[in-house]
Amino acid sequence: MTAQHALVVKDLRTHFTVAAGDVKAVDGVSFTLDRGKTLGVVGESGSGKTVLSRSVMGLNIASNSKTTGSVVYEGKELVGMSPKEMKHLWGTEMAMVFQDPMTSLNPVVKVGRQLTEHVRIHLDVSKTEARALGVELLRSVRIPEADERFDVYPHEMSGGMRQRVCIAMALACSPEMLFADEPTTALDVTVQHQILNLLNTQQRDRNMAMILVTHDLGVVAGRADEIAVMYAGKVVEKAPTKTLFKEMHHPYTQALLWSIPKTAQPKHTRLSAIAGRPPDLINPPSGCSFSPRCPYARPICREEEPVLISGVGDDHSYACHHPVGSPAGQEAFDKNLEEGLPQTLVAAGRIQATEDLPTTWED
Amino acid sequence: MAGSGTAHLRPLDETLLRIEDLVVEFPLGGGRVVHAVSGISFDIAKGETIGLVGESGCGKSTTGRAILQLPKPTSGAVVLNGQNLAGIGNERMRELRTDVQMIFQDPISSLNPRRAVGEVVAEPLHVWGPAEKDAQWEKVAKMLDAVGIDPDVARYKFPHEFSGGQCQRISIARALVLEPELIICDEPVSALDVSVQAQILNLLEDLKAQYGLTLVFIAHDLAVVKNISDRVVVMYLGKMCEMSESDELYANPAHPYTQLLLESLPIPDPDVVLDRAVSEHDELPSPINPPSGCRFRTRCPHADQICTDVEPTMRRVNDDHFVACHHPLVPVEEVAVGVN
Repeated sequence: MTAQHALVVKDLRTHFTVAAGDVKAVDGVSFTLDRGKTLGVVGESGSGKTVLSRSVMGLNIASNSKTTGSVVYEGKELVGMSPKEMKHLWGTEMAMVFQDPMTSLNPVVKVGRQLTEHVRIHLDVSKTEARALGVELLRSVRIPEADERFDVYPHEMSGGMRQRVCIAMALACSPEMLFADEPTTALDVTVQHQILNLLNTQQRDRNMAMILVTHDLGVVAGRADEIAVMYAGKVVEKAPTKTLFKEMHHPYTQALLWSIPKTAQPKHTRLSAIAGRPPDLINPPSGCSFSPRCPYARPICREEEPVLISGVGDDHSYACHHPVGSPAGQEAFDKNLEEGLPQTLVAAGRIQATEDLPTTWED
Repeated sequence: MAGSGTAHLRPLDETLLRIEDLVVEFPLGGGRVVHAVSGISFDIAKGETIGLVGESGCGKSTTGRAILQLPKPTSGAVVLNGQNLAGIGNERMRELRTDVQMIFQDPISSLNPRRAVGEVVAEPLHVWGPAEKDAQWEKVAKMLDAVGIDPDVARYKFPHEFSGGQCQRISIARALVLEPELIICDEPVSALDVSVQAQILNLLEDLKAQYGLTLVFIAHDLAVVKNISDRVVVMYLGKMCEMSESDELYANPAHPYTQLLLESLPIPDPDVVLDRAVSEHDELPSPINPPSGCRFRTRCPHADQICTDVEPTMRRVNDDHFVACHHPLVPVEEVAVGVN
């Protein structure tokens, strides 16, 4: 089974040691990813989604960071590999598109040289060949007048164009796996749409595996094959995209979805914000780390940490004592409502106002 | 350069703020000029929220700042409470700015990192508020409390000790402390996570009701704008495309650009088909040398010769909905009214 997956991540942990203790940024994450598939990683700031993608790629080289667990890529174990060994994988096997196209390009080096720098290192080509390849790459990410654009500086391009250059750069050595870390967060909606479509086409054409990291469920909804929702360094729910949207079981996933304003709602519809703040990663709350903000939380949630279990189908897993839509969840919700837990009252108001009922439990 | 027309403006006495044929240009040297805003007109009634939407570079922030005369517009009128701000002196403008406050996009960099939160929020009061420190603190505490920050905890803390959402709350408290009538929110939630964004939007709605505020809400996310605004102005490259009551705008967009923006929105539903009309070749033309006629024509699927030759002016779809387009997507009154 394992041999078929392009990437197998098992119990990956990345901790940063600071004066106050250990920041558990990624705390026991496991998933597999196949070639040609997209995994969406969703969560708030501080949920560990960026650190996760960097840990898989081996980019956490800060002296106070420690990564344990296992990342097997094409049969090779990456955890523990030195940056020197990893260098052979970066660019040619796995590449990353970063969040901010304004700062991830060097402002004093021409676009073309940045674009072809690693091509010349990895592929052993001449300057002329590299240029031809670079122009071809710019064309493939649909930059008009690619030949002229090869010789401009980043500030002469718009944000969307710069992000396309970053994508071209990531694709330059034909990687097998692409990490896109919030690739469109800094961009306009129209440009976001273009960039996401572009990533999708490139992925399809090159049969790459892709990890798309974002805080917006709307971005991954139509584009990822599978979605992993992260909270406090852990995956709290993971399912194929359609299943996840049809029957989400973790209260956090539901809360994330509810907090997105929708154009179908009339104006001034009250949004269901998630109460409270993301947890402290040095001393996370006992039990389930979402429990202080959760409308379904009962005393057991504060005492016992739920494990990631598979529900109805074996491809849908979640870590919750009182899953949304289950009899246990409903019972917990009703009890909290009776006791007047603030976040439960808010959630009840939302359900009443929008008739956006939680999906019912099957089987 | 002609504006987009003024057919959509309401009588002056019904409005708190009226912007008429606003032009803001920035000289580049060598005779070149950035046409940031080229003839925008809209008005806001008291207690209303108006949303300004458009892509980066459409002039929405410049419009917001021009209301505060920062910088002074090249031409056009900004009428606040019946008074044209264009003609008045600097000293009077300084006083009037207490009625109009601003909230900025990046909550962390818009707070001074070296000053404690109590100080940051009290600063407007040093100039305009009561002289006694205790009376100032009382007001500051009340405002911090109103935005959901514990005043006694926050008073001596510094901005870096707070999260982005909390910093934005502090910025809102600072804007409110002089009890302004109008607040200009320049992309106040763009830098925040969806969950925090919802908190801030709810907070703005609450404060608006509590203090009877009027808001100008600038954003590029149409879903956010729809949620908070009574009326929405869609801008493109310094021009107005469409102005409408917000539910109407989303149900019946009349301008092809509005439709493009709506189609680009990420929708949290996996069943929505994604191969929509957005072309991957689209680039915003330069505001230094904008296209003739309709500025959107270079990206518009409906554009023809008239769009190149004649600039469209605002035409009426219904009483709450106006569009500047030669080929609108919904029927409009044929005669262009109120052409300058």
